[in-house]
Amino acid sequence: MSAFLALLARDLRLAFREGSALGAALGFYLIVVTMLPLGLGPDMALLSRIAPGLLWLALLLSALLTLGRLFEADLEDGSLDVMATGTLPLEAVVVAKGLAHWLSTALPLTLLAPMLGLMLNLDFAAFPPLVATMLIGTPAISFIGTIGAALTLRSRRGSLLIALLVLPLYVPTLIFGIGAIASLLGPGGAGPSLMILGAISLGALVLAPIAAAAALRAQLG
Amino acid sequence: MRLVADDISISRGERRLIQGLSFAVDAGEALVLTGPNGVGKTTLLRVLAGFIPPNAGAVRLEGAVDEASVGELAHYVGHANGVKAGLTVRENARFWVRYLVGDVSNVEAVLENLYLAEIAEVPAGYLSAGQKRRLGLVRLLLAERPLWLLDEPTAALDVASQALLSGFMQRHLDGGGMLVAATHGPLGLADARILELAPAISDEAMASGEVS
Repeated sequence: MSAFLALLARDLRLAFREGSALGAALGFYLIVVTMLPLGLGPDMALLSRIAPGLLWLALLLSALLTLGRLFEADLEDGSLDVMATGTLPLEAVVVAKGLAHWLSTALPLTLLAPMLGLMLNLDFAAFPPLVATMLIGTPAISFIGTIGAALTLRSRRGSLLIALLVLPLYVPTLIFGIGAIASLLGPGGAGPSLMILGAISLGALVLAPIAAAAALRAQLG
Repeated sequence: MRLVADDISISRGERRLIQGLSFAVDAGEALVLTGPNGVGKTTLLRVLAGFIPPNAGAVRLEGAVDEASVGELAHYVGHANGVKAGLTVRENARFWVRYLVGDVSNVEAVLENLYLAEIAEVPAGYLSAGQKRRLGLVRLLLAERPLWLLDEPTAALDVASQALLSGFMQRHLDGGGMLVAATHGPLGLADARILELAPAISDEAMASGEVS
């Protein structure tokens, strides 16, 4: 457990100290959401209606930007070799790194989302459901992302490949994320969409590290 | 404890690097891998560490408790040092000691031993190649492991640091540890067996040189 916490603390410290990945993701999110109204025109009613979907989609793309470096730095400087000789199984290494990615990237993006919602004329009533669904749904983004990052570790243009591999896997999260916002705003309150969204995140937390660790083992060879 | 490589064969892509190689390293014994560039020294070390499964044969540690894998009982120091440029020297050392479940109270003494104490607050990205290598070797002393797998451990080290490393290796061996190192230069060990790897040639494909 101390090894797990040491790795988590190290990755968080590096993420906030180097800051470039987080800065790029937040900046990308801001720019995409700023440009959307320019492309869609000044129809406030339209923007307000599609704002949750736009914010969710732009968040997925922003998080995707940062996935490429998830294991790459550790491979380059030899840390991955040493981690593989530790007593911590690689699956737990992936969980620690996925968790660090969620805390250092997905969480700040989620907190930025309501502020960007102002720019899309998002209804104030939709702010809490938006943040709640993102908090519940984004762990799936980080953990499914670990699979893509591990599989493309040694490939050139890996970041493009990650997008092709991982974006289709984000479809359920996107669909149920938007669905959950709609049901939270409706009369029935939290419906099955929110539960499925949570189930996807929990499933990803358990299953993705197994797949990603298998990919990492192949990459060590 | 005893490291045994049993009739292992290793291919990389289409190329057969090592064919039918067997050896054993007993407690307190050092095995030095030599041979021309590209003959497979690094690959053999990575197979011993368990990063690459051999195409045939097996690597095992006899006498290990609970069937622990070789990797879990080994320190592997490769070409890359496993040093994070964004962390200071001390932070790097503290991370590895916690990750490898060593004794945290040892960190300062080990940094002192490797002449890293004065630069403990310097981000590792600013270190010279030799200093980075010394920081990479810190792991060997921070956590006790019976087997050391070292790939060119003296690369980039100055003469004084090489002597220092020889001392650490000798103490490790005297304490019943095992050591396998790939190197071109002398390691300064009192008695080390040499395993010279020769290129595996087509049909003969004999990679195992004689063990002196």
